[in-house]
Amino acid sequence: MTTTETPPTGAVPAAEKKNWRTSGGVRGWFGRQHWAVRTVLALVFAAVAYLLPYAGDVPVLGPQIITEGIDWPSALFNMSYYVLLALGLNVVVGFAGLLDLGYVGFFAVGAYTVAMLTSPDSVLHTEWPWLAAIPVALAIAMLSGLILGWPTLRLRGDYLAIVTLGFAEIIRIFATSSETLRGDRGFSDIPHPPGSYADGKPIFGVADATPYYWLGLSVIILVIFGVRNLDRSRVGRSWLAIREDEEAAEIMGVRTIKYKLWAFAIGAFIGGLGGVMFAGQQGFMNSQTFILQFSILVLAGVVMGGSGNLFGAILGGALISYIPDRLRGIEDPIFHTDLFGFRFAIFGLVIIAIMIFRPQGLIPSRRRAMELKDREKEVAPQ
Amino acid sequence: MSEPHMETPQELDAANARPVDRAMPTGTVGRSVGEPELSGGRSGDVLLEVDHVTLRFGGVVALNDVSFSLRKGEIFGLIGPNGAGKTTCFNAMTGVYRPTSGGIRFQGESIVGKKKHEITRGGIARTFQNVRLFPEMTALENVMVGADAHHKTSVVGALFRLPRHWQEEKAGREKSLELLRFVGIERRAGEVSRNLSYGEQRRLEIARALATNPTLLCLDEPAAGFTPAEKVELLELIRKIRDTGVTVLLIEHDMRLVMGVTDRIVVLEFGKKIAEGTPAEVRDDPKVIAAYLGVPTDAA
Ligand SMILES: Nc1ncnc2c1ncn2[C@@H]1O[C@H](COP(=O)(O)OP(=O)(O)OP(=O)(O)O)[C@@H](O)[C@H]1O
Ligand SMILES: [Mg+2]
Repeated sequence: MTTTETPPTGAVPAAEKKNWRTSGGVRGWFGRQHWAVRTVLALVFAAVAYLLPYAGDVPVLGPQIITEGIDWPSALFNMSYYVLLALGLNVVVGFAGLLDLGYVGFFAVGAYTVAMLTSPDSVLHTEWPWLAAIPVALAIAMLSGLILGWPTLRLRGDYLAIVTLGFAEIIRIFATSSETLRGDRGFSDIPHPPGSYADGKPIFGVADATPYYWLGLSVIILVIFGVRNLDRSRVGRSWLAIREDEEAAEIMGVRTIKYKLWAFAIGAFIGGLGGVMFAGQQGFMNSQTFILQFSILVLAGVVMGGSGNLFGAILGGALISYIPDRLRGIEDPIFHTDLFGFRFAIFGLVIIAIMIFRPQGLIPSRRRAMELKDREKEVAPQ
Repeated sequence: MSEPHMETPQELDAANARPVDRAMPTGTVGRSVGEPELSGGRSGDVLLEVDHVTLRFGGVVALNDVSFSLRKGEIFGLIGPNGAGKTTCFNAMTGVYRPTSGGIRFQGESIVGKKKHEITRGGIARTFQNVRLFPEMTALENVMVGADAHHKTSVVGALFRLPRHWQEEKAGREKSLELLRFVGIERRAGEVSRNLSYGEQRRLEIARALATNPTLLCLDEPAAGFTPAEKVELLELIRKIRDTGVTVLLIEHDMRLVMGVTDRIVVLEFGKKIAEGTPAEVRDDPKVIAAYLGVPTDAA
């Protein structure tokens, strides 16, 4: 019995005594709240998110948040699919540690599948409704995730990044030059989501993007629940184990290939979902939609927000869409031009600043611990 | 503290525990139900057979025609000077390296060419010479990764929180806490493993390996860097593990430690087996004495 109660040898550094519940930061604070408090907070947060389209009506704050002259609901919708992409990429990069630079490829696959199946311009001439195209689009996106994942399983780090970069470029070049995918001419008249008001007007029209934003937000909430469930299970543990020491993970019984493929497939699924939403709102898309910058931008968002943390990814995804928009219409004091033109430079500065002052991201991944509260009480006294 | 006084009761405890355990069918206690027992389960059965294994790294012959076999329920020592090929032997047994020639059979089945995770699920678990935990995971999560090895539900179960998945998670957590208690670090369960002390990390590695329900546990220098007091505690732990029915293969540099705990020993030198037998036999073997007391090139 004496041996089992061994105290650690030597002095215990202060950091060692720190527990996840007592650790600082937003997450530490959130984790320490009672579950009921946490639920209420989450509901309040969701309610605020749903009410964001009316932010302009808020007296003082409103005009600060909303950029003058832009279509705010559209901007919100754009944010919603950026957040979706960030959530999906976070699974691949943040959870499984697979550096994927071609993530926009899955977005493109989702959007193009919808376009092919629904647009009258498509050679298929199927002209399905938007809803019917979704399952096919998501299945094909997942499949493309597996197709990309399979040959790259042995690659890591930089090598994986290069191959995935190539994947996105192949899709873009294919979209540009292939007759079936119509290059610059693109696809028009992609149908909108179904549903109409009592007076017969469609809910998802052309004029107001608010319903699209709400739809996007609802999809995001579903995705959050799904991803969170995965992260808190053996799946999340396996991903983290692979990220930290792939060989040791396999020696401990983790089927590394299976879980890496799942990461790719789930990431591709969520990316495809973003593409599906995008196609349904825009009604038109062509090969110019999917530029490489897009992939890099989403990756920057994930890293900026806090790779491996759901809320970090959400914040990062929202910011990469919001910041450039916010710069519109602001005149810089020196050249007297629109700051929007400098958006990438400013964005770069923001990222550099964040990487200097908060390299782990805005909301860093705080490795969640199991509910040990009761256990701690049990075993703490010697 | 008072190690010399502690040692005696511990030795007695272990000695008392042994005959009781020997009466049970060895090699089955540590396994969960449903694991196939390939051979009959007679005592003294061969559990692992290393059969004329040679392993080359380019010009380096790390293992040269090495053969030995482990019996169920014993504590088996693998010793030898630096670079003798002990770790390489572990790596061959756990699927990290493939032998250049020769065979390795576990419970009568060849494991050469099998995937690492298959071998683990088949019942061989190990620790590493240089601790290889998952540093950002808590101690509990580290052990749970091992416990996951035998769980059936996966992505779909987790995604929809199916009852069976939830039960497995709960069982895995309970079992992992139990194992943390077994190795004596349950108070550190919620701590990120990077923050554990060196000794705790070594114990955590053992708990993680035990969580995979091994029939054979391979420990690669588990006492490296330990104080004499810690070594005594580790000895105790190794005996405790064996008493649950797990066969233990132990690599160790400390001759006294090996002699005190093992039933049989194989000595490697420059990739070759130079001796095999009980601790007493091996200790008096002139070749072993030469290998350890002679002037090997790597002594400097
Ligand atoms: N991956 C590898 N590539 C090339 N040579 C290797 C490799 N792994 C081991 N070796 C060589 O094989 C020989 C045996 O190494 P091994 O690590 O098995 O020794 P060891 O008995 O575990 O020694 P130690 O007591 O120092 O841990 C050494 O000469 C080593 O340099
Ligand atoms: Mg070694």
